[in-house]
Amino acid sequence: MLKASITGIGMSQLGRNTQRPCIDLLADAALEAMSDAGLTRDDIDGLTTYPGKADNSPGMSPLGCTDVREALGLKTRWHSSSSEGPAQMSPLMIAAMAVSTGQARHVLCFRALTESSSQSPTRRASVATGTGARVGGWFSWLLPMGALSATNWAAQFAQRRMYEFGATREQLGAQCVLQRANAQLNARALFNGKPMTMEDYLNARMISDPLGMFDCDIPIDGACVIIVSASDAARDCRKPPITIAAMGAALGRDSWDQRADMTQMAALDACTDMWARTDLKPKDVDVAALYDGFSVFVPMWLEAFGFCKRGEGEAFIADGQTALTGSTPTNTGGGQMSAGRLHGFGHLHEACTQLWGEGGRRQVSKAQTAVVGMGGGPLAGAMLLQRA
Amino acid sequence: MSLPRPLPALTSDNEPFWKGGAKGQLLIQQCTRCSYYIHPPTGYCPECESRDTSYSAVSGKGFVETFTVNHKQWMPGLPDRYVLALVRIAEQDDVRLVTNIVGCDPDDVTFDLPVTVQFEQAEDLWIPLFAPEAGA
Ligand SMILES: [Zn+2]
Repeated sequence: MLKASITGIGMSQLGRNTQRPCIDLLADAALEAMSDAGLTRDDIDGLTTYPGKADNSPGMSPLGCTDVREALGLKTRWHSSSSEGPAQMSPLMIAAMAVSTGQARHVLCFRALTESSSQSPTRRASVATGTGARVGGWFSWLLPMGALSATNWAAQFAQRRMYEFGATREQLGAQCVLQRANAQLNARALFNGKPMTMEDYLNARMISDPLGMFDCDIPIDGACVIIVSASDAARDCRKPPITIAAMGAALGRDSWDQRADMTQMAALDACTDMWARTDLKPKDVDVAALYDGFSVFVPMWLEAFGFCKRGEGEAFIADGQTALTGSTPTNTGGGQMSAGRLHGFGHLHEACTQLWGEGGRRQVSKAQTAVVGMGGGPLAGAMLLQRA
Repeated sequence: MSLPRPLPALTSDNEPFWKGGAKGQLLIQQCTRCSYYIHPPTGYCPECESRDTSYSAVSGKGFVETFTVNHKQWMPGLPDRYVLALVRIAEQDDVRLVTNIVGCDPDDVTFDLPVTVQFEQAEDLWIPLFAPEAGA
């Protein structure tokens, strides 16, 4: 049984080409999160991140646990990070297990990126053009064929869904347009002040059929911190704790291309496990925060969580069900496509913002229960959150 | 169509796949005990747990499971448009090859299109690509 709660959240400025050092961004997010929880750095005894310090793609993860521990003067007694596991959600999951097993009381979970500042004409964020050397591992099957970007991998799911279910670009566009509208109600969103119409969406440059420029999320500079506390320790914090009610981390085939059903992702396996560990049902969920590295991930997550049936995700969106006024308000702060890519941490931040009733003009009324789904393709982590 | 292809690093498991084209053969690792095709090759059969595997030349025929036409020039030298696809081989539905569809206009690629392998030499490797089957 998990005895873990979220007690504080923090976020830096989200920007393009800020040229700010990553630790500077991280410090903003960490100080805000500790203050939000009513904790000081002396209370933080655990530290975790995803994927750990990594330079496989420019600005992907400049900071590891040890960098942050030293820079912030933390006195942690437990830390862990890994690029393997349930994707971007792994820090939250391992923190929940750490506090449930007494390894730590208050764990600072972070994601910090400088993907915008670190790009150059020859090295784009998350585009694996290689160094000229021969490629090993999973990339060795993709890169020789020119499948260089995750856009190419995600597009093949989208295309198959259009073929099997009759999904359309307009239906995917409906999610992109509504997330942009939500971003207009979120002062911290990258595209706050930059609305978008369906016409803008449909006229954008095609990247990899059927995904165009506005079907993709936006590399940024930014940092986000979520504090996970032992539930008994959470009672001492400033705000009512948000309980981590259930988690799921199952993965199917560990590749983008070998899944039997190319209309679904590992999200389905993760959500199935999550629901098996709770008495709550999809109808109990007030808010959804679903990974949107690409627009097509949203309908796949909606189906995986059971808000609609297999093949109905795009129609569910077009019917208005994911709008702030719909049955399943989804990506209420703009998501990664309109607020910026914090690799899932932005989704956790927004779900907590809603559960604490701090959503301002985008607040979903009486939000008590939320789901967060993070990852795409073979990566997935699902989490159920409840306001205590 | 020829792409400026980043090339795979060879391992004892994958070398036959990338070099079979020298003899015009598409070589897929196969379990010697239960005949299951193992791709990507690992030397271990996930069906029957046998470690007794070898490489078999398959027919080179398959079907387009899904595809996308890429429009963005991710690196210098890439053509305006090319087709990325997952081809399932005729012998076993769950062997999916990431490949390009060549020999036709990108707009003519469809789901379940029957395709046949052909090879493009790159240094010491032969990259398996697929073209629509004659008459398809
Ligand atoms: Zn076998």
